[in-house]
This record gives sequence, structure tokens and C-alpha cells, in this order.
Amino acid sequence: MSEYIEQNQTGGSVGIVAKQFFTFAEPPDLLNLESKSSIGPVIIAYETCGTLNPEKSNVILVLHALSGDSHVAGYYDPKDTKPGWWDIMVGPGKGIDTDKYFVICSNIIGSCAGSTGPSSINPETDKEYGTLFPHITVGDMVETQKALIDHLKIKSILSLIGGSVGGMQVLEWCVRYPDMVKSAIPLATTTKHSALAIAFNEVARQAIMADPNWNQGHYYSGKKPDMGLAIARMIGHITYLSDESMRLKFGRKLQNRSALSFEFGAEFQVESYLQHQGNKFIERFDANSFLYITKAADYFDLAGQYGSGSLVNAFSKCKSKFLVVSYTSDWLYPTYQSKEMVKAMKKSNMDVSFCEIDAQWGHDAFLLPNDRLDNLIRGFLRSASNET
Amino acid sequence: MKPEKLRYDLKIIASWIEPESKVLGLGCGEGDLLYWLKKEKNVQERGIEIEESKVVKCIEKGISVLQGDINEEMEDYPDNAFDYAICSQTLQQVYEPSNLIHSMMRIAKMGVVSFPNFGHINVRMHLAFTGRAPVTRQLPYSWHDTPNIRVLSLNDFQKFSNQVGFKILKKAAINTTRTQHHGKMVTFLPNLFATYGIFLIGKE
Repeated sequence: MSEYIEQNQTGGSVGIVAKQFFTFAEPPDLLNLESKSSIGPVIIAYETCGTLNPEKSNVILVLHALSGDSHVAGYYDPKDTKPGWWDIMVGPGKGIDTDKYFVICSNIIGSCAGSTGPSSINPETDKEYGTLFPHITVGDMVETQKALIDHLKIKSILSLIGGSVGGMQVLEWCVRYPDMVKSAIPLATTTKHSALAIAFNEVARQAIMADPNWNQGHYYSGKKPDMGLAIARMIGHITYLSDESMRLKFGRKLQNRSALSFEFGAEFQVESYLQHQGNKFIERFDANSFLYITKAADYFDLAGQYGSGSLVNAFSKCKSKFLVVSYTSDWLYPTYQSKEMVKAMKKSNMDVSFCEIDAQWGHDAFLLPNDRLDNLIRGFLRSASNET
Repeated sequence: MKPEKLRYDLKIIASWIEPESKVLGLGCGEGDLLYWLKKEKNVQERGIEIEESKVVKCIEKGISVLQGDINEEMEDYPDNAFDYAICSQTLQQVYEPSNLIHSMMRIAKMGVVSFPNFGHINVRMHLAFTGRAPVTRQLPYSWHDTPNIRVLSLNDFQKFSNQVGFKILKKAAINTTRTQHHGKMVTFLPNLFATYGIFLIGKE
């Protein structure tokens, strides 16, 4: 979920892309949310790469994770130093080949990269929503994506692909709109947060809310709760790594010094790394968005919502072909959680493939260059498109 | 992949499978047989394979496969979920073969089991003349590093069918060439001259 990690720029690029906006739910036709509140108008930022074929049968919807955005691949400007967050996977000849497929990626509702979220202007007050923004769920994210897909006059999705919170959206889509989805790839994800995952999110949220600048969520005209958000991100990063990856990457190495200096600055490299990640994050992310999206992830419970507690029931209407991928060192959404999902899919007689990729980089592994994942996705998409 | 590229023993198995059926490959490796069956007989295929690299190969071919242990993975399937469960050259590596056969007979209407024949003349000669644990082309490992912990002969399997309680519906004793792409049926003293045995089994 770290997104925008440093990445290798190998293979072709989709080139220049543009962020587009879709506005719907104009008052009085507000979007009803699962929290029983409603909101409108709703703006969804999205980007596309590749070409939609005349049959409209080559659509791939990429669902981003907690802190991602619609900028999945390519560059906004030739001078940009970094491409989109999954440029290693999406592009000509890459795992998700834009010479073949039409890729859509939209920013989730509640986020802060162009879609309506707590930092958007509330038409009733002409000020930012702040914590007046209604609570959202993974289901609400999917509803807005469905509205976008309808707006683009697309009737069928060849494949849904997403990791982490993006993977939750993949699962929610397949359960909500089983007739629209031909295939699905949930990566490094879960059907419900464990107490451990909720616990980390709660500590991160508390860090934000304890920042005096947070001001009950109404900080947009003054100083922002940067310290709180940076700490929240640092906590997040610990969960995205693993014991092994931290040992290999940092160990007990010191930062810019040869001996301990007995001070509270960043003496160890791991401290410096986390601080750097925190500081980078506050430049691009809104603290309230962090609160709302982590809550949405904590609320997600596929079996509870769709199967009266049974995952088998929850999946009973699914028709998609699935490829479930987990990572050996992911301790945020460990393999056993993917296996439970796969088990329920088998019992529902679904066409499911499962692969546990041996990777030391923890939860974040799905965003790192990995030939194995490229080949898995490429092969799976090929077979999914032959069958349509 | 063209049909003639299929290994000889797999060709025989493939010839036994009805078109359009549901097939589960246990320890399906890189999915050659399942791929062939999917393309040529339009079967609904599923595979179980424990090695990650082989799982990736299967998925690259478009085969549906689960990474995991065959005993564990079979548990989740409902009764008679498949027409065939195929255990090709894996039985000899299984810790509890009778449990495996029971599971196969629960989740599938029929099973296919194949294994290298420990009764083959080369095996017997190797032991008789060198006095050491046999190492042959079909069983190429030394005693200390072999995955083949359940060495058995064709006759052993026949006897096993009575003990465990399944029917042998069809059998093929074969002898393959070095590349394993060609071979022939062995009808004369198969337990002595066949390198592999292949059995189609059903419920009693």
C-alpha cells in the first residue's frame, strides 16, 4: 500500500495520460451510501490507457489501494520524473498489456486525488467537508466505480485487478455485479480485517486525531495535522514490510554516522526511512481521507455482509474466474486469509487459481517488480480473454 | 502444444478421459496433461500443485490451478465434484496412499493412478546383482534423497485395490523410450516388463 515506491522503468510506457473527471449524483439525485447518509454531487477522477475495442470486451479495471490514485501508468507531462504507481505492470507488452487491453483506474470516493472526499467542498456549507463527510465503505467505492463504468457505456469487465484495499474492491465487485465481471485478480488482500489489521489502523488514526492541528477534522484553513499523518504513515509502513525485509534492508545500520550519538534524532536507518516515508506522504495525502479510508477497510467483511457469516454463501452468486495471489512474507494479510477465500470459492464450485509468491518484501511485494506476478497476470488474462 | 508432444503415459491417460468432463489433476506439475485435455477434449480442468514455479507455468498456460498440498486441497471439494481425479506418478510419493485414494473416490466418480513399476526386471536385477537399492531410469534417485517413499509393483496395486476397496476399471502396462514421448503396451508378463502402470479406478 505504499504506492509510488521507487521503481524500475523497464518495458514500454503508455506515454502521456490525462486525468479525467466524471460527475454524477447531482442534487436532488444524491448517491445513497451504506452508512445511510447520502452525498452529491460526486466527482470521480479516472484515467484510461490502451484502446477500447469495438466489442468493448477488453476492459480491465484496476482498483487502487489505500493511498493510491487514478494515475496507474504513464506520465502527465514529459517532464514528470515519476510514472503512475503501477507503471511496472501496466503498459505495452507488460503484465497488463495496453496493446491488448483497455485499462481504467479511478480514484476511490473518500480519497484526495481528484475524487470527492473530505477535502472537497461541501455544497451546503461552501467549505471543505472535513468530518462532516459521510462514512464510506468498500461497497460505496464500488458503486461509484459502477456509475463510472455505466457512464462509459461498458457492459462487461474482462478483469478486475487490485491489491490490498484494491483487492477488497475486486471481491466486492464480483459479489455485487456477478454478471458484469468475467475474471478477477485479488492480490495480497483479505475478505475481512483481522483484529491485528484493525489495531494498526486504529493506532494510525489516533495519531492523526491526537495532533492538535487536526481540530476535529476542520483544519483546511489553517495548519494541517502533518505530524499525526506522518506517524500514521510510519505505522502503515511497518505493516507493509516484514521482519525479514526490515532485517535485510536496514538491520541495525546507523544513518549517516558510525557510532550511536545518544540523541532522539533518527540514529538508525529504519528510523530515518520511516520518517522519510511520513514526510513524503504528507505532501500528497489528506489526513481525513486517511481516517475515512482506513475505516472503510476495517468495516469490510464480505461474509458478514453477503453470506450471513459464511464466505461460501457470500461467493455463491459469483460467476467470475479468479486468480488469488498472496505473498509469503505478508503479515498484514497473511496467506491463510487468502486460503480461506480460496477454500470458500472451491466450495462454491468456482473456477479459482491460487498462487503464493515467495517474496521477502512483505505486503508491499505486490507493487514491486516481480517477473512471476507479471507472468501470472499475463497468462491469466490471456485465458480469461479467450473464454469471452 | 501439439498432442504428439505429450508424454506417452499421459497420452494413454488422455485417451481414457471423456470429452467435456470435469478433471482434477493431483500434483499436476506444469499442467501438460490438463492443457492437452482442455484444448483437445474441452474438459473443465483444475490442478493442484505444490511448487510455486510450476503453478506459475500452469497459469501461464491458462490452466486453473491451486498451489497447495493435494491431501489438504482435496478436502474442500464437495462429493463427486469431478468426473476424474488424476494422480499421475505421484502415488509413490504420498505418505498415506489409502487416504489419497479414498479422497479421490469421494470427490470424483473415477480416478486415474499411474506409477513406476518396482517389479520391473531392471529393478529386480539391480538389487539382485549389485545388492544395493535399485536406481533405474524410472526411479532415478538414491535411497537417501528419493521422493519415492512408497515403491510398489503392478501386482501390489492390484492387491491394494482389494484391501482399500476400489475397482480397477481399466489398466495399461507400458514401456516407454528414453524421451518418454513414445512407448508401447506390455502384455507379456507386465509386472516384469512394464516400466509404468496406469489404472482407471472406480468405486466399489
